[in-house]
Amino acid sequence: MRHILSVLLENEAGALSRVVGLFSARGYNIDSLTVSTTEDATLSRMTIVTSGSDDVIEQITKQLNKLIEVVKVIDLNESDHVEREMMLIKVRATGKDREEMKRMNDIFRGRIVDVTEKTYTIELTGESAKLDAFIEAVDRTLILETVRTGASGIGRGERILKI
Amino acid sequence: MEISGAEIVTRCLEAEGVEFVFGYPGGAVLEIYDAIFKQDKFKHVLVRHEQGAVHAADGYSRSSHKVGVALVTSGPGATNAITGIATAYLDSIPLVVISGQVATPAIGLDAFQEVDMVGITRPCVKHNILVKDVRELAPAIKKAFHIATTGRPGPVVVDIPKDVTLARTEFNYPQTVSLRSYNPPTKGHPGQIKKAINLLCDAKRPLIYIGGGAVLANAERQVGELVRMLGVPAANTLMGLGAFPGADPLNLGMMGMHGLYEANMAMQHCDVLIAVGARFDDRVVSVPSHFLSSPKKIVHIDIDPSSIAKRVKVDIPIVGNVRDVLDEMIALLKQNGTRPNADVLASWWRQLDEWRGHDCLKFDMDSEIIKPQFVVQKLYEVTGGEAFVTSDVGQHQMWAAQYYKFAKPRRWINSGGLGTMGFGLPAAMGVQLANPDATVACITGEASIQMNIQELSTCKQYHVPVKIINLNNRYLGMVRQWQEFFYGNRYSESYMDALPDFVKLAEAYGHVGMKIERPADVEPALREAMKLKERLVFMDFITDQKENVFPMVQNGRGLNQMDLPPHMRNLQHGPVAKERDYGNLS
Repeated sequence: MRHILSVLLENEAGALSRVVGLFSARGYNIDSLTVSTTEDATLSRMTIVTSGSDDVIEQITKQLNKLIEVVKVIDLNESDHVEREMMLIKVRATGKDREEMKRMNDIFRGRIVDVTEKTYTIELTGESAKLDAFIEAVDRTLILETVRTGASGIGRGERILKI
Repeated sequence: MEISGAEIVTRCLEAEGVEFVFGYPGGAVLEIYDAIFKQDKFKHVLVRHEQGAVHAADGYSRSSHKVGVALVTSGPGATNAITGIATAYLDSIPLVVISGQVATPAIGLDAFQEVDMVGITRPCVKHNILVKDVRELAPAIKKAFHIATTGRPGPVVVDIPKDVTLARTEFNYPQTVSLRSYNPPTKGHPGQIKKAINLLCDAKRPLIYIGGGAVLANAERQVGELVRMLGVPAANTLMGLGAFPGADPLNLGMMGMHGLYEANMAMQHCDVLIAVGARFDDRVVSVPSHFLSSPKKIVHIDIDPSSIAKRVKVDIPIVGNVRDVLDEMIALLKQNGTRPNADVLASWWRQLDEWRGHDCLKFDMDSEIIKPQFVVQKLYEVTGGEAFVTSDVGQHQMWAAQYYKFAKPRRWINSGGLGTMGFGLPAAMGVQLANPDATVACITGEASIQMNIQELSTCKQYHVPVKIINLNNRYLGMVRQWQEFFYGNRYSESYMDALPDFVKLAEAYGHVGMKIERPADVEPALREAMKLKERLVFMDFITDQKENVFPMVQNGRGLNQMDLPPHMRNLQHGPVAKERDYGNLS
C-alpha cells in the first residue's frame, strides 16, 4: 500500500544521503522524495512516498527514527492530510491543438507559464493522481517534456509535525 | 590558549579516560601521532594492519565495558578498517574510530589517499561525522563517545582532515551532550512490564531467551535473579553466552543453528517466551513461520525499537534498557509475590530433562585422532570457565560456544553478527591488554588464523601472552560441512594445501610453538601453555578432519528439525538425519 511519510531532520550536510542510503541498503522503495528547509533554518522536512505492507512501513518508520539526525517521523496516511505535487509539462501547441491544450489547461486549473510559437509550458498542481490524469487526458504525441516534484504532504487541521 | 587540532584529539581522548588507542600512522594523521608522542596519558598500540586495530579495540571493549578506540590514516588505512567497523556494528559494540582525511581544500579532488570515509562507512556505523572546522572538533569527539555508548551501542567514525589537525583554537571539552534528535529510551513501560509478569507466571512452558543485549547492558545479576526466583529455564544465543552461567542447571544452553537439542526443542515448544536483549536473528530462528507454528506468546525486551517485530511478531514489546526493565520486573515480582505454579513447572522440567538426557554434545572420546570438541572441553576444565575466550569464525567457533561453559559474561568474544574470519587474534590482543592478569585463549582454525596472522608481531612488541588454540583440520571446516550437506561432497576450494609449519611460524615471530597430535597430549599441552604466563603460546592441534558440528538446523527448517549427532539419529523429532558419506578426505 502507498504511504506518505513526513520526516523532520537536522539540516546538516549528509543527512539526506543517510535517509536515502537507509532505503537502498534495506531494500525499501522510494516512489518520490521532496526535501527542503523549514521556517526553522536548522530543520529540514522531507516527504517520502513509499509503498509496502504495514510491517514494512513500521520497520521503515523505526529505522528512520534510529538515524541520529532524524528528529521526528509521522505517517500521514494515519489520518487526514493534504498532499500536493507540482508538474511542469511542455506540450506541442500548434494548429487546432493549441486551442485544445488551452482548454485542457483550463479544465485542470493549470497555469500556462511559458508560451512560444509552437509550445505551451503548463504548471499544474494537485494530488499526484490528478497530474497522472492530465498526462492520460492529453494526446501523448504532443507531450514534449515533463518534470514533477514528487508529493509534499501535511496533516489536516491541528495535526502538526513540529518539535 | 590555542592548541592544535591534533592536540585537541589527544586531550579529548584523555578526558574520556581512554587507556589504549589501537592504530597505524600515515600522512593524514601524522599531526595526531606527533601529539600522541608528546603525551603520556594513554598508550598507543601499533598494529600490523588496520583491521587488526579495530578488532583489538573491539575485543578491548567487549571484555571491559569501556569504549574501544582506533586511529587510522586516510584512504587505504581507512578502508582497511571497514571490516572491523562492520563487525562491531553488527554486534553493537561501542567504538570510536578516528580516521584521517586529506586536507579540506583537497576533498573531492581525488587527492592522494583520499576516500569518502563518511560515505563508505555510512551503512556500517551507528553514526559518523566529518569535522570540517577545528572549532567543531572537540564537540564532535564528545558526541561520538556519547552516541557510541548510549542506547543501543555501536561504532562511530570521526573523520578529521589534515588541515583541521594543524589549525589552532581554544580547547573546551563539553561536559554533556544534548541532541534533540537522539534520546534513547531506558525505562520500560510499566503497564507492559506488568502484563509480561502475569504472562510469565501463568505460563505452562515458559522460557527465557537471553541475547547479547543482556551482556551489553551488564544485566547478568538481574538475569540470574529473575531465572532463579522463578525457577524457569533459560537459554542463550551465541552472543548471550555467559550472561547466565553455562554450568547452571537452569541453563539449557545455546539455541539456534548449532544450538543444543534441549534449547532448540524448548524454543519451539514453549508457550511463553521472554526475549531479553535478543533479536530473533536468522541464526536463531531460521524460519519465523515455523517457529511460530507452535502457538506461543512472546515478550520482547530490547533497547532498539527497530529490533522489535523485525523478524517475529511479538505480543508484548518492551522498549528499554534490559537491566532497567529486569529490575522493574524483579521489583514487581517481589512486591506482589506471584510465582509460576510449581507443579506445572515441574512437568515442563521433566520434559526438558528428558530432552537434555540425550546429551546431544556427546562425542567419541576414544578416538585415536584429536577431536576438536575434546580440546575445547579440556580448555574448559583447565581454566574453569573463567578464561576470556576469543574465537574466529567457523566450526571451531561453534565448538567453543557449545563446549566451553562460560561462567561469566564478557568472557566470550566472537564475531557473531558479521562472522568475521580473522577476528580472533587481534581481538585477543585487545582483551589481554584490558585484562593483563587474565588467561586469554584464542580458539581458531588454520584458515581463520591466517587472515590476521601478522598480529603475532604486535603481540611480540607489546608482550601480549595470549594462548592460541589452533584447531587444525586442514579444511575450511564449516565450508566443508556445508559442501557435504548441500553440495554432494564436492569440496570446491575448501581444502587448504601448503599450510605453514605453525610451530616454526610462531617461533619466527618470537613466540612459543607447540604441535599436538595425540589426544593424550592435549591436556598436558594446555597446562604447560597456561604455565607460560609471560609468553604467547601457539598450540597447533592436529584434529579430526571429518568432524562436523551437531546439532544443526539447516536453512529453511524449524528449530525442532535438527540434524542430530550419530547417537541421536533414531529419535523421531522431525526429519532424522542419515549417516553421511564423507567422501574421500585427503
